[in-house]
Amino acid sequence: MTTQQKTRTLTMAQAISEAIGQEMERDERVFVMGEDVGKYGGIFSATTGLYERFGKERIMDTPISETAFMGAAIGAAAEGLRPIAELMFVDFFGVCFDQIYNHLAKNTYMAGGNIKLPAVVMTGIGGGYNDAAQHSQCLYASFAHMPGMKVVVPSNAYDAKGLMIQAIRDDNPVVYCYHKGIMGLSWMSYFEGSTNEVPEEAYAIPFGKARVVREGSDVTIVTLSQMVQKAVLAADTLAEEGISAEIIDLRTIVPLDTETVLASVAKTGRLLVADEDYLHFGLSGEIAALVAEHLDTIRLKAPVRRLAVDAVPIPFSRPLEQHVIPQVDGIVAAVKAQLATPIGL
Amino acid sequence: METTSDRLLWMYRTMVEIREYEETMAKVYLEGKLPPKIQKGLAFDIGAGPVPGEMHLAAGQEPVAVGVCAHLRDEDSVVGAHRPHHFAIAKGVPLNEMTAEMFGKVTGLGRGKGGHMHLFDPAHKFSCSGIVGAGAPQACGAALAAKKLGKDWVAIAFFGEGAANQGSFHEALNLAALWKLPVVFVCEDNKYGISVEKGDSTAIASNADRAAGYGMPGVLVDKNDALAVFEAAGVSIDRARRGEGPTLIEVKTDRYYGHFQGDPETYRPKGEVKALREHDPIPALGAVLREQGLLDDARDAELREAIRSKVQAAFDFARHSPYPDVAEAHRHVFVD
Repeated sequence: MTTQQKTRTLTMAQAISEAIGQEMERDERVFVMGEDVGKYGGIFSATTGLYERFGKERIMDTPISETAFMGAAIGAAAEGLRPIAELMFVDFFGVCFDQIYNHLAKNTYMAGGNIKLPAVVMTGIGGGYNDAAQHSQCLYASFAHMPGMKVVVPSNAYDAKGLMIQAIRDDNPVVYCYHKGIMGLSWMSYFEGSTNEVPEEAYAIPFGKARVVREGSDVTIVTLSQMVQKAVLAADTLAEEGISAEIIDLRTIVPLDTETVLASVAKTGRLLVADEDYLHFGLSGEIAALVAEHLDTIRLKAPVRRLAVDAVPIPFSRPLEQHVIPQVDGIVAAVKAQLATPIGL
Repeated sequence: METTSDRLLWMYRTMVEIREYEETMAKVYLEGKLPPKIQKGLAFDIGAGPVPGEMHLAAGQEPVAVGVCAHLRDEDSVVGAHRPHHFAIAKGVPLNEMTAEMFGKVTGLGRGKGGHMHLFDPAHKFSCSGIVGAGAPQACGAALAAKKLGKDWVAIAFFGEGAANQGSFHEALNLAALWKLPVVFVCEDNKYGISVEKGDSTAIASNADRAAGYGMPGVLVDKNDALAVFEAAGVSIDRARRGEGPTLIEVKTDRYYGHFQGDPETYRPKGEVKALREHDPIPALGAVLREQGLLDDARDAELREAIRSKVQAAFDFARHSPYPDVAEAHRHVFVD
């Protein structure tokens, strides 16, 4: 069947606001709360144009009171509404995390499933533009570490729209993390691969289905968010040298598509995790452990490698920041080193 | 509850029920926790017995719960705190399922996964939280939902005086006033945040004064009296229902037990509780009812007997209910 879908090229920011707008048209229970989401259209443009269409009753600017509006999202969701609460920078979770992890994430469980909390916490993540230690973190693994939240981390506009629609329709709390450096903003350099063809109509991408961005045979690069775009550029360079990298875009980390990861690593025999969150006790260790737990069916040709932010706060100075956050060159170098380091005895 | 007489009688009956419940729980909670049945050398074992874990009882604080809830309808929301039984009972949460929850039984409100600080009853629009101050923003959300849905429902946030020093309280008050939300914040000043006296934690004598900083009415009820709470709450709840915005009420109330059962209460002056009990709010309301001809000895005995049976039945239900199967631990992290 080949139904021709009408598509346009959209930035990730445009795709997200389009998704929210379409869901708000479809379901009057959906509304947005957050700082500067109204007239400004969201600091990272995730709600651009929505205030003009839906007005201040449904696109609600809040005081700088994250605890108040995260708590209000919980109360409203318990009453059957479907709030989207924007936490401008994920780094700000520190001022409201009690509402998120002790309540939003746990109330359904403590109620024995008798309460639904269909709320989306939408938040900007990532560095690369010198915003320093309090405005550059990813932190998605911190949400994923604690039970009760689905965690969505799109890498491109097509996925961003479908995953946002799925997030809004999900009856559970969803933390939706958009990387600022792939939103396609006019004031921050971005990876152009994230701006792509997006169908006009609404569509949902199910959670827990990773995407094989590129097939390969020598190494599996498991990655997500902006790092997917870096991995694609790295794979292009590697291909010029005859190295074939397979790239897995996780898209969601709760739920995690373990099947796709394991099948790919079983095929290539090598795993590199490329992650912009912190290295220690995080996503990269989780993926490595997953593979380690399946060594009865997977034969590794090289030790697992991890690229992520070392145990330092994100430094401000440009050369330091670019050093700490894994870059395209670093992915290329890591793959080459991995190919040169077989499993020892 | 049509007439004021009905409401007064309901308040009295409900206070008696709360007291009976808390006094029963105070005893049942200690079952299996004291020597010689516990590990040698211990004075008390918090994890033992049919009701393990912490237990915060509200005996003495009944006027706050009934004075407010006497004005509520089923559709109104109540968010309580870590000491929640009096609010839950006054909001109509069924005793059987509530008690079973505290026993950790599968028949409990949360299938045994919440416990006594985390009671959720969506049918009666009741919830609570073990985190001090966390409920106020959530009550704002319930009120926001009522407003968005075009309903005249109100939301009540109950919390202790200790919670008024949390940022969540201040953020919630500003948001509620800013958005003119139909919410009433009810602060129970029982004088102690665990062991710390209010004067050692709070710079002003009455939290009601803090309302002015948010542009909302602040009302101080300076006695532990159900009728006084009833009057103050009535004005505030009517105001909220009319869409005129939030109110902050502080009630000076009395905590008869420790912060939790097993609290040595070394911080409390000797004889304080005995003195407080001499001004018990239940006989005080009873006297008013008697003056109005709404209560006499025979009627009082009859209602107390009925309440004793009801509370006993709830504890029996909880005791005889099964524990959840261990597989239950893995269910309901998400709804299906």
